Amino acid sequence: MKTYALGIDVGSTTVKTVVCDENGEILHSAYQRHFSKVKETVAGQLESIQGKFPDAQFRTAMAGSAGLGLANAADIPFVQEVHAAFLAVKACYPQADTVIELGGEDAKIIFLTGGVEQRMNGSCAGGTGAFIDQMATLLGITVQELDEAALKATRLYPIASRCGVFAKSDIQPLLNQGAAREDVAASIFRAVVDQTVAGLAQGREIKGNVLFLGGPLSFQKGLRKAFVETLGLSEEQAIFPEQAPVFVALGSALYADQAKDSPRTAAQLLEKVTNARATSDVVTGDVLFQSHEEYAEFVERHKRHDLKYADLRTYEGDAYLGIDSGSTTTKLVLITEDGRLLYSHYASNEGQPLDRIAAKLKQIYEDKNPNLNIRASAVTGYGEDLIKAGLSVDYGIVETVAHFKAASFFCPDVDFIIDIGGQDIKCFKIKNGAIDSIMLNEACSSGCGSFIQTFAMALGYDIAEFSQMGLFAKHPVELGSRCTVFMNSSVKQAQKDGATVEDISAGLSASIIKNAIYKVIRAKSVEELGKNIVVQGGTFLNDAVLRCFEREIGRRVIRPAISGLMGAFGAAIYAKEQAEGLGQAHSGIISPEALQNFSYTSKNVRCGGCTANCSLNIIRFSDGGRFVSGNRCEKGAGIKRDTVVPDLYTYKYDSLIQMVGKGQPANPIATVGIPMVLSFYEQLPLWYTFFTKLGFRVEISGESDRKMYFKGQHTIPSDTVCYPAKLAHGHIETLLEKKVDFIFWPCMSYNLQEPDTNNHFNCPVVAYYPELMHANHSGLNEQNFYYPYIDLNNRSHVVKVLKKTLAKYNIGGKIAKAVDEAFAAHEAFRKEMADKAQEYIAQARAEGRKIIVLAGRPYHLDKEINHGIHKLITSLGLAVVTEESVAALGEMPELHVYNQWTYHSRLYRAAQYVTTQPDMQMVQLVSFGCGIDAITTDEVRSILESNGKLYTQLKIDEINNLGASKIRLRSLLAAMTG
Amino acid sequence: MEIELGKDGYPLFTPEMKKTHTILIPMMLPIHFAILTSVFEQYGYHCEVLTNETREVVDEGLKNVHNDTCYPALLCIGQFMAALKSGKYDVNKVALMLPQTGGGCRASNYIYLLRKALKDTFPQVPVISLNFVGLEKDPRNGWSITMPEIIKTLYGMMYGDMLMSLYNQCRSAELIKGSSKKVLDRWTRRIITLLKTKSFTNTKKYYKQILADFAKIERSSVPRIKVGIVGEIYVKFSPLGNNHLEDFLISEGCEPVVPSLTEFILYYLLNKVNDAKLYGRHSASTPVFQALYKIFLGKQKETVKIMEEHGVFEPPHDFEHLVESVSQYINLGVNMGEGWLIPAEMGALAESGTENIICTQPFGCLPNHIIAKGMSRAVKERYPNANIIAIDYDPGATRVNQENRIKLMLANARTAMAEREQK
Repeated sequence: MKTYALGIDVGSTTVKTVVCDENGEILHSAYQRHFSKVKETVAGQLESIQGKFPDAQFRTAMAGSAGLGLANAADIPFVQEVHAAFLAVKACYPQADTVIELGGEDAKIIFLTGGVEQRMNGSCAGGTGAFIDQMATLLGITVQELDEAALKATRLYPIASRCGVFAKSDIQPLLNQGAAREDVAASIFRAVVDQTVAGLAQGREIKGNVLFLGGPLSFQKGLRKAFVETLGLSEEQAIFPEQAPVFVALGSALYADQAKDSPRTAAQLLEKVTNARATSDVVTGDVLFQSHEEYAEFVERHKRHDLKYADLRTYEGDAYLGIDSGSTTTKLVLITEDGRLLYSHYASNEGQPLDRIAAKLKQIYEDKNPNLNIRASAVTGYGEDLIKAGLSVDYGIVETVAHFKAASFFCPDVDFIIDIGGQDIKCFKIKNGAIDSIMLNEACSSGCGSFIQTFAMALGYDIAEFSQMGLFAKHPVELGSRCTVFMNSSVKQAQKDGATVEDISAGLSASIIKNAIYKVIRAKSVEELGKNIVVQGGTFLNDAVLRCFEREIGRRVIRPAISGLMGAFGAAIYAKEQAEGLGQAHSGIISPEALQNFSYTSKNVRCGGCTANCSLNIIRFSDGGRFVSGNRCEKGAGIKRDTVVPDLYTYKYDSLIQMVGKGQPANPIATVGIPMVLSFYEQLPLWYTFFTKLGFRVEISGESDRKMYFKGQHTIPSDTVCYPAKLAHGHIETLLEKKVDFIFWPCMSYNLQEPDTNNHFNCPVVAYYPELMHANHSGLNEQNFYYPYIDLNNRSHVVKVLKKTLAKYNIGGKIAKAVDEAFAAHEAFRKEMADKAQEYIAQARAEGRKIIVLAGRPYHLDKEINHGIHKLITSLGLAVVTEESVAALGEMPELHVYNQWTYHSRLYRAAQYVTTQPDMQMVQLVSFGCGIDAITTDEVRSILESNGKLYTQLKIDEINNLGASKIRLRSLLAAMTG
Repeated sequence: MEIELGKDGYPLFTPEMKKTHTILIPMMLPIHFAILTSVFEQYGYHCEVLTNETREVVDEGLKNVHNDTCYPALLCIGQFMAALKSGKYDVNKVALMLPQTGGGCRASNYIYLLRKALKDTFPQVPVISLNFVGLEKDPRNGWSITMPEIIKTLYGMMYGDMLMSLYNQCRSAELIKGSSKKVLDRWTRRIITLLKTKSFTNTKKYYKQILADFAKIERSSVPRIKVGIVGEIYVKFSPLGNNHLEDFLISEGCEPVVPSLTEFILYYLLNKVNDAKLYGRHSASTPVFQALYKIFLGKQKETVKIMEEHGVFEPPHDFEHLVESVSQYINLGVNMGEGWLIPAEMGALAESGTENIICTQPFGCLPNHIIAKGMSRAVKERYPNANIIAIDYDPGATRVNQENRIKLMLANARTAMAEREQK
């Protein structure tokens, strides 16, 4: 009997097998999607091996994330997949220096030369096959089409790659703004490369001969191209082995040989696998419905909330059109005077909302009764501006207000609305007939509708079918309530433990609800939600989700039958109100004739209006109109304003940057480099004065932008740290390029003391980031990087430390005086900002403007960090001041947290001050990954809300998507103006 | 029932409650905490360490704390809330205890998060802060422990360290399954009794007895892969936090090497002394910390010496040497969270032959960006053979993912071991 080696690789989405002989020659290989039927697929492949090699026995080993459990249960040796790949590489490609392998849900890198190192992505990571699948779904195309499109790209957009959810929020607005699909496709691949560099290489350079492995890299040419180009590899250096998709299986076979697994026949293995019993430690929840009768009763109850219908072909009279151009879907409704539904449409926008809506409008025009008059139209949602401009829709309306209007139609005394759509979860409380507080999901916890959809597709089901399957599941699995990436692995685990598709479907429905209630709403009890709850959004059309929601809150809710169309319906109601109020007789919406010839072209340009150089997307319509997006302020849109809206962010930022031009010594003794990062956004005046007074020339690293970030990306050791910290790497790189004599960046456990606090720490990142920089940048050493430990509260000690730090310049005698001058400059700057804030507040009041205290940290002044949110606010006509400029005017409120951080204590006082000013509201900027803000946000919210103010939180990261921020700010504005 | 409120408006743990209330403590170190509760028992406090590890623990944590809050807070608070809701306790007769370090990391806020969680459902339940820096001082506070009592507690912790270390070294090699556990249980009981007497300070004598007893356990001499566990203190030690990491390593045929709690205590004390030096912040308590540091440093040296003389088991790292080594690449000023202790322990492990290291951290832990992932490179530069893997712990992180990554590290470890054997 012949003995061969058999390697089985069970990945998260596929099963691969390889049979090879004693020389490592591959005799058989197979690659197959398993659709979560792991055991069956493995067994199937074993059967075909049995057929092909009836008289052989096999030394066997199994690898792969989903193979772990099966290997144990079937008594087959397990080999870690990266290690298996390593063995295969050593055998087949000894010349490789680095190996990059992308799998379904894992990404791995192996460094071979200069110290072997094998790494896998962490638990929060995108940039994998599943990520690419998700993105293709989002674009409404297959992965293959995505790949082909990418090869035709002409430009790249920055897309966050850390996790699929983030990337989606970058891609959606691009699509909604009409960016070319080819460019988006190429940008997606580029994001995958960036993620590999940032998340896996972590400071180690990828160079030499690079071997690319895994399914995506062997099947997708666009992805290959992105890697080769970004890493700057020559044709010889980039190796794409033919057997890449089954490489791990090959390595497992080699391992089996080395490990001397005792040979078994295929039949024996098959028996082992078939009879393998997974140990089940899966947690299950309650069934959704005990019986079909119970379900029927449930369906009957919810049927009551439906609209009346009218026929588009026969109806004569006025009608109102509402459009909701959502992030993934497009919704249209046409209603009669008395709210009957004439037409409705709900479908994916396939990445081309403008085309979809124009087509549907055309259909309405064709089908409608000639005597039907569209009296007014309104549009809401992400694509509002584009659709309004392109199709000459009469009105635009904020999503939140549209949803409120629609919900009130079904339940006039509604006090809580929750809307779960494809990408968003929106919840609002209604008080005294107005929206009182808004809760939106954050970039990283969106267990939303599209997740179920992507999952259904991955398992080979249609979404409707998949969600119905959960209704009568016997043992719904508990999947936790984290973000989608995490949920993926929970599902994986459940599958491993033998959960059925039905159980998973029901489990996913439940986790979406838990995510909404506990993460987004952050409700501790049902009482907080309200008495009259309306649920809506496409996701609630799923009965299993609705059931889970009612079950979780223990209360019955109203789900209108048009649940998925509520935004559009609200827009239609709004159009009607406006038309009636203004006496409008006909809608100005694009005419049937114009629609016949409707077309548009899109073009990308850089705005030259200011140094931000926003990337603008200009769409020209066939009627000569144009639409600009990507701009942060009016300048880019070509609008000129007569008055400048007071904006302390801009004033403070400019003051800091311009400071560097003044007071530099004529004959400097040396040049000191200061990175414009973190605490320097507050302490620049102090250190600038200190060094210039001593005769040093001060060079700052310059202004941040995305390029700056990429410049330093390869030295970032922890990719989950906040963006402000990650940006610092580019600043240090820049200073080194500028060849300064030394870079100065002190470590500070403590910041300056603020009144009425328990302590005055910096956060760990601000306090010690210089240490990390020193340890991870090979260009930094004790001679060119000074990072002394300083406590600014102890001035004599500061002098002592600085004397030691600058000993080599023999200026010890002058330091005490320079320190005094530095502190004076710091105080003066602080006072100037406080005075300016007063001036701006007075000006705003004189102009009748409301004022926003845009609260964050000093470094949120960085325009690459705040993404121009302050300009977005002023473009809405509101004045902006900073938190620290008004903190001194407030009193420390009674707190329920330990108040021990300097920057954060200002938030509390500034919030308290806001509560005393009728024309002010606070908006809090939170950097993603800021653990400390997990503590401050709840506290700031409670200070504001307990005093009748609104709380608005904007989470910001490297993603440059102002769409969500805009919705929040406009909702805030709508609520402020009543 | 009248609830007496402290000056911050929260229910106070009054002296009368000593008699009526059970103090619940979240589980962190199973061996140590058994000893800890018995010592507190001596001072008249009735304590119970929570052992609930059901799904409700995580669910309650998710419900009651902000989802970006660190995992340890989520688990501790979840454990408390699940216990209070379980019906097992009279909620009018329990108090909760959490340690508080008062440092610049979020952990100082756990107590406040817990109180927020309690506010609506269990407003009557007092929370006690276990700290040594005078946080939450109130003359009416019924929780007070004197310096001699603190010292006795710390002795208890040192005995706990000794047992933990020997237990891990033995159970991974024991030939008769369960034999190490028997010795551990016997000695845990003996130490609890010992701490009731005055002779507990005679560590030399008892260490020798403990060593001798553990040495009697029949053990395999086949070399095993040693895996060091460092990281954020809670997930590093707590089986609930790290998905029973030590047990998993044992099941993989490895020997877990867990640096002692004493090292953390020494780290904590030394920071108090160092901050005073670093920032010119001397205070009345500085000499006290200095003295305590000296005492426990001496005790640690003694432990090392006794174990070296005994010669069978791997002693802990000499703390002074560890401090000196680490300060070559990170300033001792980095002291939020576990600060410089993490790179120090990684270095010390690598130096003493435990090159495979798992760095456990709660997902999104702030200090860990700097001291764990941020220092891996520096550690590896000095110890090129160090095989370090960072594992994130989080309510959403699955065991499969964690174990798969650990298995990768182990595959590397096995290759390195095989190569060494060849040479």
